[in-house]
Amino acid sequence: MRTLTLNRLLWICGALLAVLFVVVVLALKVGAVPISMTDLAWNLVRVIVGRDTQLSSEYGLIIFGLRLPRIVLGIFVGAALSVSGAGFQALLRNPLADPYVLGVSSGGSFGAILALIFLPYMPLVTPLAAFVAATATVAMVFFLGRRQGQLDNTTLLLAGVITNSFFSAVIIFLMTTLKGGEDRGMLYWLMGDLSTPLAASVRWMFGLGLIIGIGAIYTTAADLNLITMGEREAMHLGVDVTRVKLVVYVSASLLTGLAVSVSGAIGFVGLLVPHAMRLLFGSDYRVLIPTSAIGGAIAVVVADTLARKVVAPTELPVGAVLAIFGAPFFLYLLRRRLA
Amino acid sequence: MSGTENYVSIEVARGTEKQTAATVRLSVEQASYAYHSRGNTAPVFTLAATTFSARQREIVTILGPNASGKSTLLKLIAGALEPLSGRVELEGFETSRLDARTRAQRIAMVHQESQLLFPARAWEYVLQGRHPYGRMLRFETEEDVNIAENAMAQVGAKHLRDRWMHEISGGEKQRVILARALAQQPLLLLLDEPTLHLDIGAQVDLLERLRQLAAENRYTVVVVTHELSLAAEFADQVVLMHKGKCLRVGTPAEVYRRDLLEQVFEAPLDVDLGPEGRPRVHIRGAKPPG
Repeated sequence: MRTLTLNRLLWICGALLAVLFVVVVLALKVGAVPISMTDLAWNLVRVIVGRDTQLSSEYGLIIFGLRLPRIVLGIFVGAALSVSGAGFQALLRNPLADPYVLGVSSGGSFGAILALIFLPYMPLVTPLAAFVAATATVAMVFFLGRRQGQLDNTTLLLAGVITNSFFSAVIIFLMTTLKGGEDRGMLYWLMGDLSTPLAASVRWMFGLGLIIGIGAIYTTAADLNLITMGEREAMHLGVDVTRVKLVVYVSASLLTGLAVSVSGAIGFVGLLVPHAMRLLFGSDYRVLIPTSAIGGAIAVVVADTLARKVVAPTELPVGAVLAIFGAPFFLYLLRRRLA
Repeated sequence: MSGTENYVSIEVARGTEKQTAATVRLSVEQASYAYHSRGNTAPVFTLAATTFSARQREIVTILGPNASGKSTLLKLIAGALEPLSGRVELEGFETSRLDARTRAQRIAMVHQESQLLFPARAWEYVLQGRHPYGRMLRFETEEDVNIAENAMAQVGAKHLRDRWMHEISGGEKQRVILARALAQQPLLLLLDEPTLHLDIGAQVDLLERLRQLAAENRYTVVVVTHELSLAAEFADQVVLMHKGKCLRVGTPAEVYRRDLLEQVFEAPLDVDLGPEGRPRVHIRGAKPPG
């Protein structure tokens, strides 16, 4: 038996951070305008040693004005969505739970759009409205997903799918009839897209929300391990099940709300990444939460790089790329687990 | 500090706490409960005041047919429900008033197995029994690992250590679940229908282990079951339940009266006395040998 130690946890996270670093460097290099590896390396070194005045303006604009903000956004959104997915899976006792599949993402998008239409000049209201709408959607799906007072796995997923189509339809309706303060396209909200960089005014709030959300879920990691093995048993092993579920519910909704308010409804990250991490490092939530955060960042940055590269000079929404690669990869993981 | 030393020191500390209570560890005094389906309506099920007590090393069986109130009584003992009236005390503390962590250090509950959401190895499962003793992230100490290893050895599950929980048999699973309860190092071990999905060999094996564990680890064991013959064979005390009432408390020989059992189980039964004064129950028609 190999128990989890702090050392092992740090090694795993360190290794994943190294992968993330490589992915970020590659993402900076790849794009419609080709940039050679040596140019990139030299210029990164110049920035690191503080001699960024030597950068050419065109280069500086592409790397630091366009690609880097987008990558940072991808890291934030990926981490938020996959930790949120891992949280929902334990909370709803359903391995297929994911903010997108459950309709929470489109619920959050709906809230964000309402805020953008009616309060267009208050940037902080958008993520807040997305958070509130996401929280309400989880509650709604939860109650729709119950049969005879018991949470039923299939009913829950169906409730999520239906909620998702309903909110998607409402979003389409709102976008076609009231074009208020919202100039991002319909596809942005329905499929997810990283092309709109984070406004400087909300950056701090997003970062803070991300840390609070992931941190709060992480404090319950050991309890979540027991809850996934049975709530009744967890209670008899000293877990305050109600408190843990409340913490995870609010935090996972917060993370989803934040993510959709800046990138629309990106799907499959919350399903794919936690499962991939479970296959790699086991089901222990003490490992799963941090590895899902880093893994989610890697997945979204990779997917977005592909979205920019594959059909350059135009680009795909990142959610489409994730859906195309996500579903078959998930099936593959599922088959391998069963073998 | 090794696991065994720790275990001994806990026992010593508890022993000096209350010498008088060493005779009675668990006391259920006039404990009752009522379930309501909704707010102010009449209760849908009531458990009438029930009284019994148990010492350490004693196996108590709560016996009765389905819907007789066995599980409710077990929940009251476990402290998961607060009695409507009366008291349930473990070494002088009311079980429902203990905080969840302390309760989990003193009372271990073995349920029929629950569905695991994600695959887990047997050792991971057993180590969960150390949860009530840990802090925030609960990285397991060497001591926790030793205690878990000992627990698995005690139930004969050492060879299952690295197996997946979904790949082992029902009887093996039951042993691993029992090992997790032992890893909690409780005073009181509660089991809810532990023999339900086991074949007869595994049932006897489990109950013999329970008797051995009660003797070696000084547990008080409470088993809920509807298996008449197993209860007769292994219990020191039987609490007979029927339609939410406790009909009789006593040794198997005292409780196993033909008229009483026939009334409770609604079946034609014969009772005779086996060796060691333990009663044996037969369905009438199937004649006892000899």
